[in-house]
Amino acid sequence: MKILVCISHVPDTTSKINFTEGDTKFDTNGVQFVINPYDEFSLTRAMWFKEKQGASVTVVNVGNATTEPTLRKALAIGADGAIRVNTDATDGLSVAKQLAEVVKNGGYDLVLAGRESIDYNGGMVPGMLAALVDFNFVNGCVGMEVDGTSVTAVREIDGGNETLSTSLPLVIGGQKGIVEEKDLRIPNMRGIMMARKKPLNVVEPVSAEDATSIQSFEKPAPKGAVKLIDADNVDELINLLHNEAKVI
Amino acid sequence: MSVLVFADSTEGKFKKSAFEVVSYAKKVAEQLGSNVVAITINANNNEELYTYGAEKILSVTNDALSTFNAKKYASVIEQAASSVGASVVVLDSSIDTLHTAPLLAVALDAGYASNVVELPSSTAPFTVKRKAFSNKGFSNTVIATDNKIIGVAKNSYGVHENAVSGSTESFDAAIADSGVTSEKLERVTGKVTIADAEVVVSAGRGLKGPENWGMVEELADVLGAATACSKPVSDLGWRPHGEHVGQTGKPVASNLYIAIGISGAIQHLAGINASKVKVVINTDPEAPFFKAADYGIVGDAFEVVPKLIEKLKAFKQAS
Ligand SMILES: Cc1cc2nc3c(=O)[nH]c(=O)nc-3n(C[C@H](O)[C@H](O)[C@H](O)COP(=O)(O)OP(=O)(O)OC[C@H]3O[C@@H](n4cnc5c(N)ncnc54)[C@H](O)[C@@H]3O)c2cc1C
Repeated sequence: MKILVCISHVPDTTSKINFTEGDTKFDTNGVQFVINPYDEFSLTRAMWFKEKQGASVTVVNVGNATTEPTLRKALAIGADGAIRVNTDATDGLSVAKQLAEVVKNGGYDLVLAGRESIDYNGGMVPGMLAALVDFNFVNGCVGMEVDGTSVTAVREIDGGNETLSTSLPLVIGGQKGIVEEKDLRIPNMRGIMMARKKPLNVVEPVSAEDATSIQSFEKPAPKGAVKLIDADNVDELINLLHNEAKVI
Repeated sequence: MSVLVFADSTEGKFKKSAFEVVSYAKKVAEQLGSNVVAITINANNNEELYTYGAEKILSVTNDALSTFNAKKYASVIEQAASSVGASVVVLDSSIDTLHTAPLLAVALDAGYASNVVELPSSTAPFTVKRKAFSNKGFSNTVIATDNKIIGVAKNSYGVHENAVSGSTESFDAAIADSGVTSEKLERVTGKVTIADAEVVVSAGRGLKGPENWGMVEELADVLGAATACSKPVSDLGWRPHGEHVGQTGKPVASNLYIAIGISGAIQHLAGINASKVKVVINTDPEAPFFKAADYGIVGDAFEVVPKLIEKLKAFKQAS
């Protein structure tokens, strides 16, 4: 099985979010970048397939050279090779078009991605990619098994889970559950050394116009101070929720 | 040049989000000098949508669509968009719609803006405000393509009545092969789900162990609320994964969010920032959650929550 894992390079979850250049650019100053947490679950699942069922695992990112440390980290975790499509990722549909080209050229059977990236939260790339290459698609995936070309996948639905049967070739939008948190891999020294020797291929983008563009950013309005209520006076809380906030 | 809106339903009944997206679509249509056409799938009371501004309803009734299927739904919505010549399609942000919208975007070669929180600030260029950075920011996004898809974030625009006299016609859509078959649905029934809840009662590691969740459930019960938890709580197996909210869990956009024994780490707040009113109960006055909350009680959950349950029961009985 040839697996491709899509890796988004995102600000670490604790990052303070600021904007520069008249609020038109995300301020990367002092920001640590990491593998998108949802993609990390999918990458770990890919490693599991590699070790238990036999598979080759390639990771891919659409981005400029600053994303390479993130791809190296994925190699250190155990991916066999990496591809970087050399263009800024600024729009979901155009990123999906770049990835579609990689999928077509690489003959992959299974593409694992994350449900969404935690920076722009688009939640669109995996589904768009599936549609562009005409693969089956399961989003919000919290469990999967592959037997030959048959696949059983579980996806989260509102208030529960749905079990689906489908087949390769397939695109998955993964999240926690596809593997457990405790099973996530951290690169060890050996992995880091080996990653240096693994191929990181830079490919040039195909032409794909952005469907959307960001004109400016805004921060949420500052919040007023919390109203503290005495622990012995829950009546006051009920009163405030009923009369002031009007939520009960 | 109609605005097409997909009004989602479960078991024939419209979701509240259907009324929200129709209300939203009506305003967009006014901005564009156009009208609203709604597409519905196996819905019973289509006329309900007239109240929110749907002038025309294309009603699909088909057993092949009785369980949700992303590819089939995308194909039906695409056929509806083509048939009325819609260049703007408005959708909600339910888990199912988030599965469908990207497929639809490719079918229509449309730019898709998800998590949209306001009406377009301009229609030329077509500009919408979206949530970004897990609720720590917003992006004003221009959709440049001829066809445009807007995914409205839950509870962000609200339900607004705008009654029109509408008409409903049945719509025959060809059903695509999908390659994905639903085998089994496991839904917790009789319980409010986090996605639909107006009120969410959530608890964290401060509760010490799963045996103490009885009072959380009782409080949720009194309020007709859904229960939720912080990430370590689900990682420890005290509560099911489906209840974990936050940046890497479920997003919450309820009217009221009550956080008990939750510290308010940045990743937790990222998932609940969109809730309108936040109440925190925590022993530690320095807990970061107090900075994000509207109302706070510094106190021991094991003393405060039982009292709150008792007083709320009395309040509910009196009102
Ligand atoms: C990549 C990444 C992603 C993450 N994603 C998420 C996410 O999506 N959601 C999430 O929740 N977390 C997430 N986290 C974890 C997050 O950083 C925190 O660890 C977590 O939110 C803490 O949970 P907690 O508040 O329940 O526990 P704790 O941090 O242990 O806090 C418990 C709180 O309970 C209070 N307390 C103790 N006893 C009582 C009592 N008797 N009465 C009242 N209060 C009491 C304490 O004062 C404390 O504030 C993520 C972390 C990482 C690194």
